[in-house]
Amino acid sequence: MMKRFATLLDNLLLTPSRNGKLELISTYLRETADPDRGWTLAALTSAVDFPAVKAGTVRGLMADRIDPVLWTLSRDFVGDTAETASLLWPEPEHGGQEPQPTLGEVVTALSRATRASAPMVLAGMLDRLDTPGRYALIKFATGALRIGISARLAKVAFAQAFGVPVDEVEEYWHGQQPPYADLFAWATGTAPPPRTDLLPLFRPFMLAHPLETEAIDLADYVAEWKWDGIRVQIVNVGGETRVYSRGGDEISTSFPEIADALDVAAVLDGELLVRGTAQGGEAGGAASFNALQQRLGRKSVSKTMLADVPAFVRLYDLLILEGEDLRDRPWSERRGRLEALMPCLNPERFDLSQTIAAKDMAELAEIRASARDAAIEGIMLKHRQSPYVAGRRAGLWYKWKREPLLIDCVLMYAQRGSGKRSSFYSDFTFGCWNGDPDAGAELLPVGKAYFGFTDEELRFLDRHVRQHTVAKYGPVRETDRSLVFEVAFDSVHLSKRHKSGVAMRFPRINRIRQDKPAHEADRLETLRALVT
Amino acid sequence: MAGCFTWIKADPMGIRIVPADAWVDPSRPVERALVTHGHADHARGGHGRTVATSQTLAIMSVRYGVTEGAQIAEYHEPVAIGGGVTATFLPAGHVLGSAQILLQHAGERVIITGDYKRSPDPTCAPFTVTPCDLFITEATFGLPVFRHPSIRDEIAKLLAAREAHPARCVLVGAYALGKAQRVIAELRAAGWDQPVYLHGAMETMCHLYQDLGVELGDLRPVAGVPKASLAGAIVMCPPSALNDRWSRRLPDPLTAMASGWMRVRQRVRQRGVELPLVISDHADWDELTTTITDVNPAETWITHGREEALLRWCELHQRKARALALTGYEDEDD
Repeated sequence: MMKRFATLLDNLLLTPSRNGKLELISTYLRETADPDRGWTLAALTSAVDFPAVKAGTVRGLMADRIDPVLWTLSRDFVGDTAETASLLWPEPEHGGQEPQPTLGEVVTALSRATRASAPMVLAGMLDRLDTPGRYALIKFATGALRIGISARLAKVAFAQAFGVPVDEVEEYWHGQQPPYADLFAWATGTAPPPRTDLLPLFRPFMLAHPLETEAIDLADYVAEWKWDGIRVQIVNVGGETRVYSRGGDEISTSFPEIADALDVAAVLDGELLVRGTAQGGEAGGAASFNALQQRLGRKSVSKTMLADVPAFVRLYDLLILEGEDLRDRPWSERRGRLEALMPCLNPERFDLSQTIAAKDMAELAEIRASARDAAIEGIMLKHRQSPYVAGRRAGLWYKWKREPLLIDCVLMYAQRGSGKRSSFYSDFTFGCWNGDPDAGAELLPVGKAYFGFTDEELRFLDRHVRQHTVAKYGPVRETDRSLVFEVAFDSVHLSKRHKSGVAMRFPRINRIRQDKPAHEADRLETLRALVT
Repeated sequence: MAGCFTWIKADPMGIRIVPADAWVDPSRPVERALVTHGHADHARGGHGRTVATSQTLAIMSVRYGVTEGAQIAEYHEPVAIGGGVTATFLPAGHVLGSAQILLQHAGERVIITGDYKRSPDPTCAPFTVTPCDLFITEATFGLPVFRHPSIRDEIAKLLAAREAHPARCVLVGAYALGKAQRVIAELRAAGWDQPVYLHGAMETMCHLYQDLGVELGDLRPVAGVPKASLAGAIVMCPPSALNDRWSRRLPDPLTAMASGWMRVRQRVRQRGVELPLVISDHADWDELTTTITDVNPAETWITHGREEALLRWCELHQRKARALALTGYEDEDD
């Protein structure tokens, strides 16, 4: 029923915690029948599209029902077209007599609708709903939920609902169409898993644990550079090639040169990078992440962009070759097959991530410390016998990032967090001196961090902010700039968007330096010297 | 009969009754003030003489200390305020003691509504529709998206949420004067007979309501009550305390907010509450427009709120209307 879907949407909107959201979705999926639960899953993962219904369809319906001035005033206040329409829709004369439509009914009606008939079809269903139902229907029909649920969260909830491994959900998901009848049949134990070998589908990535105190013997583990690009999977099945990002989103249109370059039936795992020297990379080599960012998030790419910032993939692994699934073979065997495959791949678009020769961890640590290449994020350690399994598994792969860079900054502003942290000041903006503080230099904000501290440190910080507030701007407090943080970060880049001219990657609060006076905090020039 | 109402002037600091040299709900201290109700944005201390209902004066006395020059105006009893003007205080249904003020002078009848509502409220006398020539109305919820649902349904939501989370307490943010007492009275009407716990800032006003004869049942201060024994309890606090450090003393509070603004999701999210309760002490869009139709004045002036939409409605219904640019009225927590 629409009512259940509407209640789910509203509850998700008002539940800040991830666990709370998971619980809501998985309960819903267990307790709702097909095909409604499948359509809900599709809506949550933005897989619903009714070409006949546009945002303009809703505006058009409202134009027939309310004065345009009153509509505009209302829309401006509420801030959301679907919600405004749901609140303003005239209650039908004989409210509640006709039953509410099910999602299945909605889908049938809307997919049959044409641009001409869609308004009438939609209006007929809106007349059968209450306010939250109307909101849910409009959101569903126009395909724009925007309620902060990622596809991954929906999949984890699905796995949780039926007690199946999330990796398997990821694996089978990608070949399925809404309302995912085969997926539900498999998860509820009434059918075998759906087949995935005939389509260019995404396979879940194998991930690494951060290396902490584990003892690593390089006889068992191979060392390999960890590149600072974006992890991608390139899939060629049945003559079609697709490029997928870490989260399983297809990004083939953003990187057409990669999709076009693979003509072998294979599934490859690698790091997408761009070439260039401009950002500090060697000629023909990989540029820093900063350079790659120009290519991210684009739906289409201009010729100039393709020529100026060409992309390539540095390959890590080979999952499937010509229909043969290699994922349960040891790493060493897959690596051998990958090396043998390299001559068949277009060298302009694909190269091999080199392994690093070192006799022991001490030597490897030295190599790691001396790596200056901006595109290197650290070192990977992979067990030579490791199969390729989805997600993070203990003992198989480790990532050993470069030591973080450190800098001492001064706390300038703090903002309240959300959810559990809503009563705490937990988002911190900090700055560095733009010269000699004793000669009148000022602090310029250089970054923002909201993690890295313990709960106890958070309570200290919250108290500090409240006791050292000099001004309030809505949820933000400006402090008296007396507290020093040691901030850890992975790298720093030039940025035109920030007044300080630099932007940090992954800043976090490493230590609170109560011992250090603010004027002894670092200067901007120190940070600029670390720019890559 | 309808003239041009030259004896009533809209000034940014309030509405001035020229022949009586008096003001209605002035935002600064004046010699002679008529006060519609006890909310801080309408009732301020420091006036030379204050005319208001006995309950409003009692509320003002608790808030500002004893007001000198207080003059009681009982509902429906005309008071001569000088300059040939009589003022009659009529129930407005907003909070305890709230009044519309009917002013009569030179054969013209003017009503200033102050804040009002038409929906039932066990803690105060209901709004009375009274004919007049000039109707000066509020418009806090003057947008057609605002239709307040029945308070019974909202109270049922509150009780259901409490039932569903037995280990937590329900913390209800509500305006300390009027809203809090109305929610408590409606909880009692719905059969909730256990103690209702109060944030310190709520106590004085709740006790004043009780002293003035409004039944609120067993009320207890939350201060000093052990955390564990508050599981399953209902706690009332001012909206500002909902996400404040103060609430850390409660067992995993389920935060609710009783306000007409809770009709809009974005407002709910800004508040960060889990349980929005659409409960308002103001007229919603339908009440505002119905009241203008019922009162049927020759002219309508709009004091504060979302006046543009109500002006537009008057225009669409061929009613003469204008918006007054009054300052100092707040609507954040209503």
